[in-house]
Amino acid sequence: MGSLLQVIFDAAALGSLYALAALGIALIFGVMRLVNFAHGDVIAFSVFALLWPSVDAVAVVFAGNLPWFLLIPFVLAIGAGLSVLSEIVVFRRFRRANPATMMIASFALGFVIRYFLLMLFSSRPKSISLLPALSQPVEIMGARIPLLQLITITVTIAVLLGLIAFLRRTRFGLEMRAAAENFTMARMLGVRANRVIMGAFALSGALAAAIALILGSQTGTANIMMGANVMLMAFIATVIGGMGSLAGAVLAGFLLGAVATVMQVILPPDARAFRDAFVYGAVILVLIFRPQGLLSARGTKERV
Amino acid sequence: MSLLALSNVSVRYGRLTAVRNVSFSMAEGEILFITGPNGAGKSSLLRAIAGVTPPAGGRIDFEGHDITGRSPEDIARLGVSMVPEGRDVFGGLTIEENLMVGTGMHARERGWKARAATELEAVYATFPILKDRRHTQAGLLSGGQQQMLVIGRALMTHPRLVAIDEPSLGLAPNITDQVYERLIALQAERKLTLLIVEQSSTRAMMAGGRMMLMRGGEILLDGDARALGQSEAMQAAYFGYGEH
Repeated sequence: MGSLLQVIFDAAALGSLYALAALGIALIFGVMRLVNFAHGDVIAFSVFALLWPSVDAVAVVFAGNLPWFLLIPFVLAIGAGLSVLSEIVVFRRFRRANPATMMIASFALGFVIRYFLLMLFSSRPKSISLLPALSQPVEIMGARIPLLQLITITVTIAVLLGLIAFLRRTRFGLEMRAAAENFTMARMLGVRANRVIMGAFALSGALAAAIALILGSQTGTANIMMGANVMLMAFIATVIGGMGSLAGAVLAGFLLGAVATVMQVILPPDARAFRDAFVYGAVILVLIFRPQGLLSARGTKERV
Repeated sequence: MSLLALSNVSVRYGRLTAVRNVSFSMAEGEILFITGPNGAGKSSLLRAIAGVTPPAGGRIDFEGHDITGRSPEDIARLGVSMVPEGRDVFGGLTIEENLMVGTGMHARERGWKARAATELEAVYATFPILKDRRHTQAGLLSGGQQQMLVIGRALMTHPRLVAIDEPSLGLAPNITDQVYERLIALQAERKLTLLIVEQSSTRAMMAGGRMMLMRGGEILLDGDARALGQSEAMQAAYFGYGEH
């Protein structure tokens, strides 16, 4: 019972991470058909924003010393700010370019961010202690669950509920949903393109920063590559979920987390090293049977 | 003063010229039909007016403002409401949400929420079917209902000019009749200026008003719909005599 519960929490926590990241990618894809591969590097950047530039192995903590109620908004603002900046400096110029060109631009931007961090901090992972109180385990029905896992899951659920409320109840949310379905039509109804796109980038960047906080506390290290794996899984989640479908991205993110965790448990010990190969195998299976993704985006569905 | 004035407007897609030096103007409260065969450049002309495809040459004025090359949202905010071909409802949004999208352009004005609510009731009064299904996803509506929805959605923004591309596309004739009946009634009621693109001239002749005939990116004829419709020049222009 205890170990089953442990697996469930592991799966939900990992899935939460993927879901948050996938949501960040789907939000931007929805409004401008851009797959933003720089998303992972925004995650890494948000962690390093807590440190003072140095190439030493021991991190020189800077903003990381702030109390949590200042630290969290600070990191979220960094993520959102960097993301909005990348829109203004880079992606705005590619607004009329085709999706492949935009995607390559996002790769380029990702490299720029990564090498900027490399220059300031070197490629050596640094140990940091971010929100250390969160690594305390909590006992629930015989299972020892790290407090951070509970918080990750709770935060994810809160973010999802908040986002749903934002999209359904606010004027800006309505405009974003309309723009995601048909951008040109939304503009012909007076919806300001730049405002909606910047809003999507800000939300996406804040989500990246939330992941940065979780990853940083979880692993206790800052690594310039730390966003890469999450980004890859998140991208896969948006594809399986159906490009542009927010609900699909979240669902697929949780599903991927669950599959990866379950594989870790049921695979024979020798095969565990190849866990990701099995996960990708499952992804291929899903795409063979539902090439349009689990929930295809509404904008592409048409009647008449 | 004319509400809308185009002078020497051209629209190009790469090397293809879709609209060639078109000039015309519309007075406030006028109904203008633009008809012509497929590929005449009618839709491209509307897209240029709405700012979706900026003109390659020429100048477009609306209410005395030069709107050439302005963004679609700026043009919409000045009072040009576009109903594009194929209806373009936001399928995943409810009917009411579809109607409300465009009201945000007045969000800076005082009392806009109350006005939007009044406007919503007015649109529901015109199209009762929309009110009955207000919380239904728009993608689930029939073609005729979607056409009513996009017309209602255009009205919600309080436009001075409504431009509609092929309102009869894909609709059964009796549904088209209904749509036109409402449209003409609305025009009279609200003193709207209507610019309607249709492939056939039949609707224009039935509704009356002014009609222009486009072909090969140019305006060939311009005049009273009923008179033009019966003229030989019209038939000739439509079927392009002398080119076979």
